[in-house]
Amino acid sequence: MSRAQVLESVDEAVAGIEDGSTVLVGGFGLAGMPFDLIDGLIRQGAKDLTIVSNNAGNGDVGLAALLRAGQVRKVICSFPRQIDSYVFDGLYRAGKIELEVVPQGNLAERMRAAGAGIGAFFTPTGVGTPLADGKETREIDGRTYVLEYPIKGDYAFVSAYRADTLGNLVYRKTARNFGPVMATAATTTIAEVREVVPAGELDPEAVVTPSIFVDRIAVVEARQYTVQGAR
Amino acid sequence: MTVLSSAAAVEHADRGPLTTDELAAVIGRDIPAGSYVNLGIGQPTKIADHLPVGADGQPDVILHTENGMLGMGPAAAGDDIDPDLTNAGKVPVTELPGAAYFHHADSFAMMRGGHLDVCVLGAYQVSARGDLANWHTGKPDAIPAVGGAMDLAIGAKDVYVMMTLFTKNGESKLVADCTYPLTGVACVSRVYTDHAVFDIQPDGVRVLETYGITLADLQGRVDVPLLG
Repeated sequence: MSRAQVLESVDEAVAGIEDGSTVLVGGFGLAGMPFDLIDGLIRQGAKDLTIVSNNAGNGDVGLAALLRAGQVRKVICSFPRQIDSYVFDGLYRAGKIELEVVPQGNLAERMRAAGAGIGAFFTPTGVGTPLADGKETREIDGRTYVLEYPIKGDYAFVSAYRADTLGNLVYRKTARNFGPVMATAATTTIAEVREVVPAGELDPEAVVTPSIFVDRIAVVEARQYTVQGAR
Repeated sequence: MTVLSSAAAVEHADRGPLTTDELAAVIGRDIPAGSYVNLGIGQPTKIADHLPVGADGQPDVILHTENGMLGMGPAAAGDDIDPDLTNAGKVPVTELPGAAYFHHADSFAMMRGGHLDVCVLGAYQVSARGDLANWHTGKPDAIPAVGGAMDLAIGAKDVYVMMTLFTKNGESKLVADCTYPLTGVACVSRVYTDHAVFDIQPDGVRVLETYGITLADLQGRVDVPLLG
């Protein structure tokens, strides 16, 4: 039950996701974006979703495609507005999607707290800004902090580089970004990886996400996607 | 040239204001060798070309990028472009020897925990006490987007701002009180602009240098008492 399953297809990996779920989606822009799991979710069709991710989609692929499919009710993110976030921008301006903007470090820490069993935490980030309006503050050792609560997912979609058959994960370069944090913070964590190797073949000292945080794995082809700024 | 913050302002009135590249060089000059530095997206990225250089001819500063890397190298080109390796502006970059990758909670612990020596950010406005406004114009049709700005603003040991001093309408962006929504409170230590460098001190705003303007003329255009 608690062991990770290596599944035959992306569709099996995303099976059973209910309408109204909160889904944590890894990636910083397109680096680390779990493209295939998102495409699977579009086929699967769950709607009324809350998506937690750093951005709100780039171009027409990944998260942007899920938004365009009309399956998302609310986005919780740090940086929705980008040069190629036209899908989100259109939905937002039409009043068809809800937005909660969270400072990037608070976003990461709120998920870390969820995964680590922390009930809430005081952070200096955002104090005195509109993003702390109405929130409880406390002075600790002469500095003011604001109380922030965890963000827990029903599902996390993580793109990693390689898994072993137990579900241990390693990542690649800056595509790691939110993956290890989100993997801890969801009831069901689903990883897409480029390769699954037998248990024992990953260096235990180099494992980034231990298997206990991973529930389902699907192998996908590396995506050739256009990088912003690249020509 | 190092200017002590208690010294009188150095006026460079016999030249024009700094270009963006000249401003980047002025900031790069003030970043201590050996420091860990985060350069914000946009104009501050240009400072990477003007960092202190060590005996080996390589930059003697370790660059942090918020998406999860220390030891970031220059922008990638050609075959070096790797979609899994980008900077905070989502531009492909390279890694230097000794680079390290980490997840977002660790990356922001480096900021919030006070481990970064310097970060350089752009700004819409900076107040006389060092309040920073750089994430949101507050216009009703603007889509708010904050990214890592609030974490950087309150986290680094020294927060430098890089901006033009005046708006297109000639209004000073160094103000008594910010009118744009704040990013952080009393967090900026230096303001580097095309017309002057300002040090935010407990007793007020001290002018360290001017470019293309005299101290007296500068005071006439900035509605903040300036210590010179």
